[in-house]
This record gives sequence, structure tokens and C-alpha cells, in this order.
Amino acid sequence: MSEDAVPQEPPEELPAWSLPADAVERIRLETAWPERVTRDWAWGGSTGAGIRVCILDSGVEPGHPDVGPVDNAVAISIAGDEVNVEVDTEGDLCGHGTACAGIVRSLAPECEIHSVRVLGAGYTGSGGILLAGLRWAIDQGYDVVNMSLSTTKQKFASMLHELADDAYFRRTILVASAHNMPVESYPWKFSSVISVGSHELDDPLTFFYNPSPPVEFFARGYELDVAWVGGGRLRCTGNSFATPHIAGIVALILAKHPELTPFQLKSVLHLTATNVGGES
Amino acid sequence: MSEDLHAAVAAGVFGAEENHRALLQSVVEVARALFRAKASSIFLLDEQADELVFEAVAGEGADELIGKRFPSSTGIAGWVLVTRQPLVIEDVAADARFGREAAESTGYVPKGLMAVPLLHDERALGVLEVLDRPTDTRFTLKEMDLLSAFANQAAISLDLLQRARRAHAALADDGDAALLARVAAKLEQRGEDDDDTGSRDAALQLLRALEQLL
Repeated sequence: MSEDAVPQEPPEELPAWSLPADAVERIRLETAWPERVTRDWAWGGSTGAGIRVCILDSGVEPGHPDVGPVDNAVAISIAGDEVNVEVDTEGDLCGHGTACAGIVRSLAPECEIHSVRVLGAGYTGSGGILLAGLRWAIDQGYDVVNMSLSTTKQKFASMLHELADDAYFRRTILVASAHNMPVESYPWKFSSVISVGSHELDDPLTFFYNPSPPVEFFARGYELDVAWVGGGRLRCTGNSFATPHIAGIVALILAKHPELTPFQLKSVLHLTATNVGGES
Repeated sequence: MSEDLHAAVAAGVFGAEENHRALLQSVVEVARALFRAKASSIFLLDEQADELVFEAVAGEGADELIGKRFPSSTGIAGWVLVTRQPLVIEDVAADARFGREAAESTGYVPKGLMAVPLLHDERALGVLEVLDRPTDTRFTLKEMDLLSAFANQAAISLDLLQRARRAHAALADDGDAALLARVAAKLEQRGEDDDDTGSRDAALQLLRALEQLL
């Protein structure tokens, strides 16, 4: 083999497992971090434009005034070993997915909303459908996936964990509802996702970093008017409504700083949390 | 199978069906009292049929709905069951479709409801609902935590009783589990009768010998 056939550096697309001295310049960060990360720096002026937010839930009602355009809606089903992804024509089978989409839209008015319905085909098999839906969502390269749901089935835990890590390295932010019940449930407890519980305050941009994880952030999830099926609204409470608040804020941040990795994004959330440095 | 076998033996000395019904009724009565609510109801998952079954109600609501079946993953109860997430909804009547759904599942249209999944270990057993808390006090997240804690206790008891219930079903057939459970029941019976301790001791000796043989 002639000497010039041996590459001096690995091609750019290869993952870097080590950092030679002459490669330091290559990983120079694109973001100039300010001396102090403020909310204005993080998402000031952002509308969420260009960010694709996936609502993994019960479907989203098309044409709901609080939701606006739904860019894509699919339903996941499983027949035997076959996963089917079909255009969803049934809308929302509960109301919850529409509520989550409405909350995301209220915070990030110009983001794209994509609905992936993983609920409605019965309790039996719902864990497998959740897994297949999440896998499909990650494969689509969505920027943010809102998961106001969880499973207690142990057999799905390791597969969900792998998917959550996969999403993390592919720069898809998973935002998942924490569980306030004394059972093991997933995926919110994985450190590669952003887990969210509720606080009782009214401001949609007030969120707190929790210095005692596993719940990482508390967002508005108490007595809020949310979009519901039939074009209406309901007043609801639950961690499942706090979650899309963080998903919406994440969409705002990513629209302004698309280069952020999930690690950096979580740092920005921490630094802009109401109890850390983020004035409302 | 071995789990069922254990349960079957336990069931030989345990009256499950009446206790199951009484426990469900107690859960809804206590939930209603705890939150000073107008009503409380419980739905259990029938895993074989993949449906939720309306099992008990306290306060307002219709007893004739008991036994009525609902889809296991749609509507409020279905969503709560599948996602394992508690939910509180107020101003229910403001939404016609939701009001109808609530009426069909409770017998009347509540103004508000709290719904929480009944979870034990990996299993989702059903959904507990508390309907119409008093309006003179503000609902707080602490109440949601209280409901979750109560639901956890209810789920542990329900899980135990459901195992016994399944075991009773096993007793009805001619399988090995039924035989063992009948033997356990008879031993228990002999133990209660002071005049018959001799035959009980002999039977126990025989069972020990059988255990060694196996």
C-alpha cells in the first residue's frame, strides 16, 4: 500500500472516539456561549419556526383552533411481527394528544406539529406499539418528541432505554412525563430524556430545575385550559400537561440554536430555569 | 403455572369472591370520603377481553352500570390506564362530547373528575375515578399525590385478591392445582377440629414423604 493511500485523518463523518492534538480545532463549538446564559439569549425572538415537534399520544384533532396546522399524522399498529404506519384519519381518540399539541403551539407558534398515535388499539399490545411509535419517530429525525406517557412493563425497559440513548445521540430531544406513583415506570427515569413534573403556578414559562432528581424539571401542569376534542377546551391538571410546556420551550431554544446537542440543551434549560438564573 | 399453584393452595383456605366485591366497594367508599366527593367509581381491566369493566360505585351514579364494558385504551379511563398517568379534569360539562362520555361511564354528568391508574408492579389493574370534589376548597397537587398514594394501597390489595380469584377459577377445574388446593382446604378444616388432629398429622406425614419423593 502506498503511503498516500493511508488517510492522515479519519473522514469527517466517522465518529470521533479520541481527539488528536491537531484535531482540537475541528471540534470548535459553533455556539458562542455568553458569559451568562439568559432567557433572552436562549429563546428571545424565537417562534419555534423550522422545529419539528412530534406528539406521541392519542392523536391530534385536525383543525382545532388552538392547535392550527398538523403537518403530519400517522397511527402505529402491530399485526403479528409487522409494524404498520398509516396515515391517521381518526383524529384524537381521547383528547389528550390535542391538549399537548395545543400547549406546544401556544409556546412555539411557528413550529411544525406531527402526530404519532400510539394509543387507542387496546391495552394489550400497547407497550409494543409505544416502542414501535417511538422508534419510528426517532427515525424521522424529529427535533422534539413529547411523551406524556409511560409503561410499567419490565420487558420494554431495556429496549426503551436503548431507543432513548439512540435519540440522544441523534439529537432528538425526548421530553417525558414523570410519574408520581410508587411503581417503576419508563422512559422518564432515563437520564437521556428530559423528565417533567408539575408545579402549581400560572405562568407557562415558569419552570424549575429539581436538584433532587430523578424528576429534572417542574413546569406548569395545574389547572390550565387545554384544547380538547370537538374544538373545545377543558380545564386540566397533571404531569402530562407540564411535559408539553417543556417541549414547547425546547422547540423555541432549538429554533434559535439548532446546533445544540441534547446535553447542551439540558444545560440551557438548567441555566434558564426560574430557580437558577432565568427570570420570567 | 407455579404462581397459580401457590395461589390455588392459598385459595383453598381463602374465600375470595365475596372479599373481592367487598374490597372494591370499600375502595370507592373510602376514596369518596377521603375527597368529600359526590361519587367514586372503579374500572378493572379484563385482560382476556382487553376491556375495562365498571366494577363498583359509591355515591351518585348508577348501580345498573356495574358490569358495563368500555374500550381499554380510548376515552379518559382508557388513556389513564394505558399511559399510567393520573389526570384531573374540571368543567367537564363545558364540553358536550366529554360530558356524554362521562355520563355513559358514570351514570351522571360530573362537573369534574380525578382519574388515577391502579398499578401494582408491572401490572395496570384498572382505573379509579373520584367525581365532583367540593367546590368550596381549591384543588391542589397535594390531593393528586394523596389520590396516587391511596390508589397504590388499593392496587396492592386488589392484586392479592385477584390472584386468589384466579385461583378460585382454577379450583373449579380438574387440574393439578385444584387437587392441591382441595388438599390444603381439607388440611385446614382438620386443623380447626380438635378431635381430628390424628388424621391431620398422618396426612401431613404423608405429604412430607411425598415432598421427599418428588
